[in-house]
Amino acid sequence: MISWAIVSSSAPAFFAGLQNTLMLLMMVIASGLLLSIPLGVARASRSLWIAKPVWVFTYVIRGTPLLVQLFVLYYGLAQFDWLRESALWVFFRSPWFCAWAALTINTAAYSTEIFAGAIKAIAPGEVEAARAIGMGRIAVLRHIVWPSAWRRALPQYGNEVVMMLHATALASTVTIVEIMRVARDVYTNYLVLTESFGVAAVIYLFLTVVLAQAFRRLERHYLRHLDRARASEPAFASIQLKAA
Amino acid sequence: MSTMLEAIDIKKRFGNVEVLKGISLKANRGDVISMIGSSGSGKSTFLRCLNFLERPSEGRLTMLGEQLTLNRDRSGGLFVGDAGALTRLRTRVTMVFQQFNLWSHLTARENVMLGPIRVLGQSRAEAGEKADAYLAKVGVSHRRHAFPAFLSGGEQQRVAIARALAMEPEIMLFDEPTSALDPELVGEVLRVMRSLAGEGRTMIVVTHEMAFARDVGNRVVFLSQGVIAEEGNPKEVLVRPQSERLRAFLSNQLSH
Repeated sequence: MISWAIVSSSAPAFFAGLQNTLMLLMMVIASGLLLSIPLGVARASRSLWIAKPVWVFTYVIRGTPLLVQLFVLYYGLAQFDWLRESALWVFFRSPWFCAWAALTINTAAYSTEIFAGAIKAIAPGEVEAARAIGMGRIAVLRHIVWPSAWRRALPQYGNEVVMMLHATALASTVTIVEIMRVARDVYTNYLVLTESFGVAAVIYLFLTVVLAQAFRRLERHYLRHLDRARASEPAFASIQLKAA
Repeated sequence: MSTMLEAIDIKKRFGNVEVLKGISLKANRGDVISMIGSSGSGKSTFLRCLNFLERPSEGRLTMLGEQLTLNRDRSGGLFVGDAGALTRLRTRVTMVFQQFNLWSHLTARENVMLGPIRVLGQSRAEAGEKADAYLAKVGVSHRRHAFPAFLSGGEQQRVAIARALAMEPEIMLFDEPTSALDPELVGEVLRVMRSLAGEGRTMIVVTHEMAFARDVGNRVVFLSQGVIAEEGNPKEVLVRPQSERLRAFLSNQLSH
């Protein structure tokens, strides 16, 4: 039997946790997007001097678990005296800063690869037509390459955002009171599973459905230039849920 | 008769292969020059050297009496170092491609508007008005809000022609504009090109359409193995070819 009394008494705490989860997610997505667009362009560059360092960055970040990255930032760096004594310590002792930074760096690495792939997949003829009409490199990037790459990347990028939503649960390990942390507190207090982690799961699922719907709507707008009836394979890859 | 574009002794090497071995061509105002030749003869490469989509290995180019200053890159190609001069050249000499190359994320109308807005600095309203006029001219205004993927090949190529026209160029280059089209769609594109020629536009057309070269062009250039093997008035050159190579090429064309 579910104890609805526990559910309703912990509802305010879950609501506060939900707000923190959403706050963290929005900050991470905004900064991650801001970082990954220029990095994606750099990663797709034909110049190895520009593309290689970005590749090293994404390779290292994608090659290590997010939880490890978060612990290194929050617990690991604290062992360096020079950091604790520097002005930067204001940031690095803050769990919010470390969670935001770790998640941002992580999603930036994955999004960079998504965008770089989409940029490289542009039809060379479209770039040539833009050059042939007198557009410079920057204009071609802004008006042809990026709008076209953004559309190709959208379904995959939607997945990345959903995975970031799930990844915010890790912030509970550095004392941020988001949904997962509230669930753990409820569990510790009452030793009930459904009313704690079960409720958390339902909230995450609900948020995932909302995000997936939002991205489906974005795809409907941004991918309306694709003739799906004529295309040989489905152009719409709707959000697929993967384990984070 | 004023000279619009003059290419002098254009050479192009890809590695050790010399694709163009010194080709000179002069286009006067109102000329419609057809370039013919078998595939691999270098005619598309030559056309792409005229707007520097391809960097020639040697040669000079004069546009409206002004000679372009060329720099040499590390791999030996010549390019226009001055970005302003390159943009001027490319806005005056626009190109229509074999594969249309429309921007797939923009509607037909937006495809035509982008260059005038971003390169010529026209206002959105002005560019839109002109786009509508040029789309009407090529007969696709009823499809102006469609995306390229929803247009037939013939419609796409006509939009591409409208896009090139909207730059209000001095010269238009056509790189095998009908070669990627289904046979029944070739006619609608050729009709548009015919009417452009009728307006007195200067055009250089790489083509396999012998009827177009004969009836519309006032000059034909036959390229073979990287050199101009024969050129002149199409009604003479195509009817009484002097060289064995052109005779062989023409008889091959007829049998298709």
